[in-house]
Amino acid sequence: MSLFDRLLGRKKDEETPQKTFLGKVKDALAPLSADEDQTLAENKPASTPQKPAESDSASSEDHYEAGLTKTRSSFAEKFQLLMANFRAVDENFFDELEETLIAADVGFEIALKISDELQDEVRLKNATSKKEVQETIIEKLVDVYDRAGNGEDNSMHMAAAGNPSVFLFVGVNGVGKTTTIGKMAQLYRQQGKKVLLAAADTFRAGATEQLVEWAKRDQVDVVTGKEKSDPAAVVFDAVKRAVDQHYDILFVDTAGRLQNNENLMRELEKMKKTITRQLPEAPQEVLLVLDATTGQNALQQARLFKDSTDVTGLVLTKLDGTAKGGIVLAIRQELHLPVKWVGLGEKVTDLAPFDADQFVYGLFKDLI
Amino acid sequence: MAFENLTSRIQTAMKNLSGKGKVSEGDLDETLREIRLALLEADVNLKIARSFIAQVREKALGAKVLEGLNPSEQIIKIVNDQLTDMMGAQAVPLNKSPKIPTVIMMAGLQGAGKTTTVAKLANKLKNDNHARPLLIAADVYRPAAIEQLQTLGRQLSIPVFDEGTDVDPRQIVKDGLKQADQEKNDYVFIDTAGRLQIDELLMQELKDIEKIAKPDEILLTVDAMTGQNATETAQGFNDALGITGVVLTKLDGDTRGGAALSIREVTGKPIKFVGEGEKVTDLDVFYPDRMASRILGMGDILSLIEKTQKDVDAKQAAAQLQKLQENSFDFNDFLDQLKQVQNMGPMEDMLKMIPGMANNPALAQVQVGPKDFAHMEAIVYSMTPAERLDPELLSPARRRRIAAGSGRPVIDVNKMIKQFKQMRQMMYKFTNGKGGLPAGMEDMLSGVDPSALGADPAQMGGMMPSFPNQGGFGGKVADFAMKRAFKKIQKAKKKRNKRRK
Repeated sequence: MSLFDRLLGRKKDEETPQKTFLGKVKDALAPLSADEDQTLAENKPASTPQKPAESDSASSEDHYEAGLTKTRSSFAEKFQLLMANFRAVDENFFDELEETLIAADVGFEIALKISDELQDEVRLKNATSKKEVQETIIEKLVDVYDRAGNGEDNSMHMAAAGNPSVFLFVGVNGVGKTTTIGKMAQLYRQQGKKVLLAAADTFRAGATEQLVEWAKRDQVDVVTGKEKSDPAAVVFDAVKRAVDQHYDILFVDTAGRLQNNENLMRELEKMKKTITRQLPEAPQEVLLVLDATTGQNALQQARLFKDSTDVTGLVLTKLDGTAKGGIVLAIRQELHLPVKWVGLGEKVTDLAPFDADQFVYGLFKDLI
Repeated sequence: MAFENLTSRIQTAMKNLSGKGKVSEGDLDETLREIRLALLEADVNLKIARSFIAQVREKALGAKVLEGLNPSEQIIKIVNDQLTDMMGAQAVPLNKSPKIPTVIMMAGLQGAGKTTTVAKLANKLKNDNHARPLLIAADVYRPAAIEQLQTLGRQLSIPVFDEGTDVDPRQIVKDGLKQADQEKNDYVFIDTAGRLQIDELLMQELKDIEKIAKPDEILLTVDAMTGQNATETAQGFNDALGITGVVLTKLDGDTRGGAALSIREVTGKPIKFVGEGEKVTDLDVFYPDRMASRILGMGDILSLIEKTQKDVDAKQAAAQLQKLQENSFDFNDFLDQLKQVQNMGPMEDMLKMIPGMANNPALAQVQVGPKDFAHMEAIVYSMTPAERLDPELLSPARRRRIAAGSGRPVIDVNKMIKQFKQMRQMMYKFTNGKGGLPAGMEDMLSGVDPSALGADPAQMGGMMPSFPNQGGFGGKVADFAMKRAFKKIQKAKKKRNKRRK
């Protein structure tokens, strides 16, 4: 069943929203609760009730819906505007379609490619009426999105039992690395994991204090270093402590750096090596945090961070704004990096696992 | 996805045009399409790109072909002029209140760089104008935001006013201003929390602070990497607050920064400063012309066009150069060159200024750090004056001594000398007016010998075929640029010789 068919099915299900909503919650929880069961069995027999985690995720689902409303409505709005001006399938129409896509930060090359493919498709299907054209376009868009993400794995990888899982967070300045860690640590702690944070941003003023504050709020432990000290040393200490004291997950917060700053990128490589030297399987995840408002430069960020630290997934933050984050599509096409999480606000619960179907559904719901 | 720069794009679009004295409407439209795409790739907002193109079209159609410029040069010039115009023809200084204190309030999305900018700007005022600024920490939401400002304040010895996170930001601002009044601070910065322009509650807070503080300057801080959304953000903040200026941050990245144009167009407010690094001194005033070439991805070619126009007779300049020629490029010149290059910024940036080099994927391979320059310098400094003037003196024994003196391996010394000789050869070619650009360029690039600097020479060689300017307009301009550079070397040499005598 293609993604498009799934979406159509979902649209029909909307008539019984209660059921769909529960289904959605279950879907979103599936990867998490599987893990959780395991931990519960192993570590803490029933000491952490499953209930709170579930209701919490449920409320984060609400946020997901609410947070994306703006993003979605503006894309739908733009698209509807385009269709409202529809007169005939001609060069002008496709130019405008191209521009609509570009306005969503999809990127010029991808927009061009999609519009070219669409042009063929519309001709092939001999679509002339407004409705036919619209359907063809959306089907194609969903298809392109789906195809690019084929075989993508957006679950979080965990270490084998007994070893800590290490998640390394990288990204340019001010995208929300520390905030994401604060939110994610809370999520995993509520699942009964023993969580440790490493404040390896020793450069920016107040960065360590920021993570320490999050650790306090999340009630998890944190390893810090002296201001301006070697961040790899903090990483070393943190990994050592995580192993010695049997933590389940170690989150490593790094200083923001621009991808074209070579020395800082090398520093990042060093941090990763420090982790791997102590734990050959780690880091299980290297998450590149991207600001949804970023334009075409995001692609360059993804490319260069991937080169230096072998990024395994993306976290898309600030999606609660008006930005459409269309650059994700380009990153998917170019680099096949899956989005694993989305940030939808400033509260600790404003982080949700990324659900590609849901994201696309959100974008096109009002159009199909 | 290969990002081509605009220059090569336009050159492709206008290939059939060379030789024509006039631009036809059809030719123009094709070129304008390329320009539009270049703008979009640079993240200029769609609507703005569209209106911009319309304006350029109008001007280009009405324009007379300038003497000495071919049609593509002419269009580039119109585009550049228009772009520079739109971004405000010149730098705008900070507003100043007639009586102290001047109150500066920051606003922007999360993570745009407000706090860092406050520190940089306060530091600049303190150093340049002997100002006594006070920083008010009014971000009570983000964890450790206040600590961040306090730490920066401590580093710069600038007082920071805060009342913790439990007090309403409005009250903090009130109290902070009171303190500034007592202490007679001449500048007050209000660092606010990042917020979305659609967050009504937090926007109301900003409006209230604005009413309380009546700031002389409300600076919107925007990340230069922002995409199409820049207009919405800028519009939102401007409508709510009536911003007075913009600070563009993170411009030290490799973004083209089209957001600058969008923001300027939507708000009509000047971009006053740009943040270009993580150090507190990395703040510069905004130069519209530099931003224009950056958005277009054209490097310095534009300023070269300007210069070609001014120097009416390039031939005459070339003749002068010939007269100046002396085939005696020695290590003193080399050192001079190194210093000049260092002053101009990182090597990658330099290479990007050469037309056709910006966004060249091969460029990523050229990794020249400041340390490499330092090493080369150390080697030259370890030579005797006689050796510097006459490289032929450098026997293996001398080379070993130099290696020991500079703390570099002998291999490095040998490499450096080889590079130097290549450079000298190229100098000779150029000053004799024989070297056409492609050959000359190749020599120059091998003159920077990538192997010594950590890049693979084969890849550097691979860069050559993509060099778009085989003769024609670009070739001429680049040729001219090279000649100018050598003229500069000769001048410096003369000066040095004089000093010696």
